[in-house]
Amino acid sequence: MAYVLLRHRDIPDIDRIDVYKKNGGFEAFEKAVAAMQPGEVTEVVKASGLRGRGGAGFPTGMKWAFMDKNNWPHYVVANADESEPGTFKDREIMERNPFQFLEGVAIASYAVGANAAYVYLRGEFWQVARFLDEKIAEMEKAGFLGDKLFGTEYSLRIYTHLGAGAYICGEETALLESMEGKRGQPRVRPPFPPSYGLYGKPTVVNNVETLANVPFIVANGADAYRKYGTEKSPGVKVFSLSGNVNKPGNYELPLGATFRELIFEHGGGIPDGRKIKAIMPAGASSSLIIANDKALDTPMDYESVPDVGAQLGSASVIVVDDSVDMDWLINKTIEFFKHESCGKCTPCREGTYWMAHLTERIHSGEATMQDVDLLNDVARQIQGKTLCALGEFSTMAVVTAIERFPEDFEKRLASGDKHG
Amino acid sequence: MSLAEKYPQEVKEIFAKYPPEQKRSAVMPLLYLAQREEGYVTKEAMQDIADLIEIGVTEVAAIIGFYTLYHDEKAGKYRMQVCTDLPCALRGADEFLANLCDNLGIQVGETTPDGLVTLEEVKCLAGCDKAPMFQLQSGEGIEYHENMTVDKTLELIEALHKGDKEVS
Amino acid sequence: MAKQVTLTIDEKTVTVPAGTLVVDAAKMAGIDIPVFCYHPKMEPVGMCRMCLVEIGRPAIDRATGKPVLNEDGTPQVRFFPKLETACTNPVSEGMVVKTTTEKVQEGCKDILEFLLTSHPLDCPVCDKGGECPLQNLTLAHGPTGSRFLFDEKHHAAKHIPLGDLIYLDRERCIQCGRCIRFQSEIVGEPVLGFSERGRNTEIVTCTDPGFDSIFSGNTTDICPVGALTTANFRFGARPWELKSAASICGECPVGCNVTFNTRREVKSGGEIVIKRVMPRQNEQVNEIWICDKGRFAHHHAQDNARLGKPQVRKDGKLHSAPWKAALALAAEKLGAAKKDAVVLASGRLSNEDLFNLKQLADGLGGKALLYSGMGGGDLTTQFGVGQGTNFADMGAGTAILVVASDLYTQAPIWWLRVKQATDRGATLIVANPGETRLDKFATHVLHYAAGDETKTLAAQEITKAFAEAENAVVLFGSDGLDLNGSQSLAQSCADLLRKNGHVGKPNNGLIGVWKNANDQGARELGFRPVEKLAAALKGKTVYLVAADPADDEAKLADALKGADFVIVQEIVSTETAKMADVVLPAQAFTECEGTFTSGERRVQRFHPALPPHGESRPDHVITAQIAGQIGIDLEGGPAALVFERIAATVAGFDGLTYDKLAEVSEQWPIVGREDLYYGGTSYENTQGLGVQLAPAARRDA
Ligand SMILES: Cc1cc2nc3c(=O)[nH]c(=O)nc-3n(C[C@H](O)[C@H](O)[C@H](O)COP(=O)(O)O)c2cc1C
Ligand code: SF4
Ligand code: FES
Repeated sequence: MAYVLLRHRDIPDIDRIDVYKKNGGFEAFEKAVAAMQPGEVTEVVKASGLRGRGGAGFPTGMKWAFMDKNNWPHYVVANADESEPGTFKDREIMERNPFQFLEGVAIASYAVGANAAYVYLRGEFWQVARFLDEKIAEMEKAGFLGDKLFGTEYSLRIYTHLGAGAYICGEETALLESMEGKRGQPRVRPPFPPSYGLYGKPTVVNNVETLANVPFIVANGADAYRKYGTEKSPGVKVFSLSGNVNKPGNYELPLGATFRELIFEHGGGIPDGRKIKAIMPAGASSSLIIANDKALDTPMDYESVPDVGAQLGSASVIVVDDSVDMDWLINKTIEFFKHESCGKCTPCREGTYWMAHLTERIHSGEATMQDVDLLNDVARQIQGKTLCALGEFSTMAVVTAIERFPEDFEKRLASGDKHG
Repeated sequence: MSLAEKYPQEVKEIFAKYPPEQKRSAVMPLLYLAQREEGYVTKEAMQDIADLIEIGVTEVAAIIGFYTLYHDEKAGKYRMQVCTDLPCALRGADEFLANLCDNLGIQVGETTPDGLVTLEEVKCLAGCDKAPMFQLQSGEGIEYHENMTVDKTLELIEALHKGDKEVS
Repeated sequence: MAKQVTLTIDEKTVTVPAGTLVVDAAKMAGIDIPVFCYHPKMEPVGMCRMCLVEIGRPAIDRATGKPVLNEDGTPQVRFFPKLETACTNPVSEGMVVKTTTEKVQEGCKDILEFLLTSHPLDCPVCDKGGECPLQNLTLAHGPTGSRFLFDEKHHAAKHIPLGDLIYLDRERCIQCGRCIRFQSEIVGEPVLGFSERGRNTEIVTCTDPGFDSIFSGNTTDICPVGALTTANFRFGARPWELKSAASICGECPVGCNVTFNTRREVKSGGEIVIKRVMPRQNEQVNEIWICDKGRFAHHHAQDNARLGKPQVRKDGKLHSAPWKAALALAAEKLGAAKKDAVVLASGRLSNEDLFNLKQLADGLGGKALLYSGMGGGDLTTQFGVGQGTNFADMGAGTAILVVASDLYTQAPIWWLRVKQATDRGATLIVANPGETRLDKFATHVLHYAAGDETKTLAAQEITKAFAEAENAVVLFGSDGLDLNGSQSLAQSCADLLRKNGHVGKPNNGLIGVWKNANDQGARELGFRPVEKLAAALKGKTVYLVAADPADDEAKLADALKGADFVIVQEIVSTETAKMADVVLPAQAFTECEGTFTSGERRVQRFHPALPPHGESRPDHVITAQIAGQIGIDLEGGPAALVFERIAATVAGFDGLTYDKLAEVSEQWPIVGREDLYYGGTSYENTQGLGVQLAPAARRDA
């Protein structure tokens, strides 16, 4: 099967504009601008069933159609913040197949009538941003960005904007605040970005991978895209595989491939003859799935993963083997969320801080069962009350670890072992 | 000399990215620019930026405080930021960092006696499949180093020491 | 009128304007939803999550767009599975809000517990103790014991001075951001900010001097805990030990409504002293704010040496004397002087004091002079702002000119209200000799050379704005101007307003940025300044009340030396008093009752907060007693009776009574009740909103 997103794996040097062009590059953009109405482009994307790859899985075409047409200008912002532990797919797309992503940004911009688009990259992607700047300049030179594109009245410019080290800036409204030069703290929603976004103007925020799908869809049509994946989760997905596997890395598979296929076929299984214990399908924000046969045979799509008690999210699959204790693991995830809580809302700010004390105490072997119960209580107490999803995310591994791996906690209390 | 006097071209290019009435958006790129020389934002630069984008100096400080890649204090020439987050930790990042500390004779948060490298522990850098890994932050730029071993890291530091390696 | 929306909150049916937030709709219906980050004067941010409630909305059939009905025909209401913030959700038709269910109470308890994990609960030593919403809510709903280990509590710095006036206790801070938002959203001086993030978030200021804003004290009122306190009140007293008196700030012509909090204090030798000055709500004057001048100035007043006994000069020295003798001597000299009697009084006095003084001067055939260097008083009486004027109503369509005045230092609350009018779209023109802090909010800034102020008024920016505006207001001051200069500036301002029809109606007219709280009142009562004051005093019998010319100008001190006889009525021993032949100790306005007329010509009452010092008497009483001995009948009884005479004699005051001035109507937002978390610790106004006088231009029409 030829790659849809990771095309650099098939075509060497596709990050060179001549190579990209030779392989059909920018034909979709030209087709859209020269031969289609903006609304038609949106319709094709809608028909393709493409859903957001940033985590929430929201239908992309529908989001574009929500743009408030009584308020101008419109903006497109590509979410390249990629900071979820275990996620590294957008980086590979931008580093290796940049034009396809940028073409996706361009088509999205045309579809929603935006004349300016921004790529918001996490600050650590400093080199990626410099690289994209070069690629954008090449596109301008080649006439794919700028004024009067393809002989029409349409004009577009793309700019990069670097964050500076804050996971929360991946949340779309925090990202917009950050772009406006403020502290990256989420806004109250509604209103959602398509009615009130960057500078208060209607804005589409899409994940890098989401946008990288768009040229294929526009070039080949919705049906061609729907050939991949399942009925409700059409298309391909880049799965970032990490943790205790032999071959970690990005794998482009149709949605609906099973965990087993990803981990054992592509990922080469678990190192050192160990056994798989748990799977986190959506990075550190994920619930912990017990890696039994049922789980391993579950299709990785938006509908099926909830059947085993988790969400597909950004599909950053972290594999955990049987040498790992869950009290250690949640101590790691909580440290992350405590560090990344933006501090705006009370339950997340205080709750992650409190949980961090508890997980630390439990992991150090000084805790009693009451502390574990308390940790569970605190996590549940956060749920449903936070301003954005980060607070909610912070609780997922905690409650599922306690619920699904109780023996790890009992063991820790009994042994008094100080090390993980 | 103010930031605008020192880097007129860069400042102009930064402002050109945003609508003219949205000057404030320039604060983040300007802060990187301010870090170019010293690796941190001086008090004077903070005031410069506040004046350039017409916000309060407290607001500039509030932004520096929020983001981990901005600094208001001097550290080593290179900040070596090792990821020990969950996916990297599953692949031995904690041990890597501990060994590195032993070899360098410093603790996390400390700087090598020659003032060259400050060792820091950070959260996920999107390099999980290539752990152990770290980034080097120096001046305005950041560079990734992946699939690292302690030996390779020590070699890198040696090269930094000799000055035959610049962060690009 | 805005569209009305009907909803149900806890079984109560409530009808409110569309766009109202659930939390406010509940408040209007008498239902208090606890809030910390929300403040009715600021945009909602939904941060603290204290206001979580259950919200249901009528289900709509997607296909038909019609409401889904229950079997009994009532609309089906669907509740959102999660609790929602009452502070960020606007009401909608048919909405059902529940604030008392078990789920809501659980949520409330959970959030409180989170807040308390980091909060020191040092209520016994906290200045906010007794008027702290967090303390109150904890007592009402809080968890009984903390499940959070005390050793693990977040510790942070306490008692950090954020400037000279405000202290921050970082441990008590609950990160609601009200102070930061007040400074940036309302004041437009973003001198506070959050630094760091997550649990390390803390309030910082990087300005030099720290917390560089004249409105800083207000943050201590709206801080829902004891994180921000005033330097002078810290550990000063417990709120429940304090007595309250409604008053008017005496620092400038804005006329902010305040409450003086007093307490008897050992430290002050058992005297009752003012411990703090708090804003009292008057949405038409100061809303719920006051400036730091008004809040902190009382300290200086208390330090000075007060006069406690009358004095009479004998053998070149002042000696204490009985009232009877001092009054008799004053009366004898004034009575004899007749048309050579000069009353020189200032706008520090109440309307009642000034009225009696004017009557006395008139009765003698002498002169009543206003101790002021600023002209234009006749014009503000004529063309002052119309009844019903409220800066809060000014926005797009209003032009505001500020000329020859630095409002920030001279009338800070007007500065604030003008600034907010610009937020709502008003056109602001600031014309001054130099830069002022208002410039950055102005549509046009004009700088002029000394002497060119009148010429500047002809600038195209101004004439155009005033010709186009629906409403227009001019605030004129006297920076760099003498009496004649300010008089002619006022004349030009009045002409500008008149020419464009901006007189005699609400939100239109002329406002003088006077020096004293009752300068406007003095002018309404017929006092006028004179250009050659020194000459006017020479050889006369001068009765100086609340005026200290000797300290202000050597020339005037000389003139007083050349006066025939000098009677000084004062509260403290001034330079002028030291030169007097008779000194009469008066009560401070904080010790008696009376009225002031603000620059917007609102007549407002103040009440005694402190017992009179020594043998001092109210000014109007002393004047009446002198007059009585000369055979001039003045009211020497309660101030209310003097006011009756004012109403009967002075144009514009007709029909006014103390009772009328004491009338209140419901104000929005509701503040100062039990739920201090809602609006802060500003006092509710139960003592009267005052009455705005109609300008003569209106009366004549
Ligand atoms: C805490 C948090 C972090 C997030 N981080 C990212 C991110 O790094 N990249 C991303 O694309 N979306 C991220 N999201 C999701 C975005 O808010 C948003 O849903 C997404 O960018 C929409 O794009 P899509 O529809 O193409 O998925 C995050 C959400 C939350 C709550
Ligand atoms: S849930 Fe956490 S990250 Fe999200 S707004 Fe609240 S404090 Fe910030
Ligand atoms: S979240 Fe509503 S009052 Fe704070």
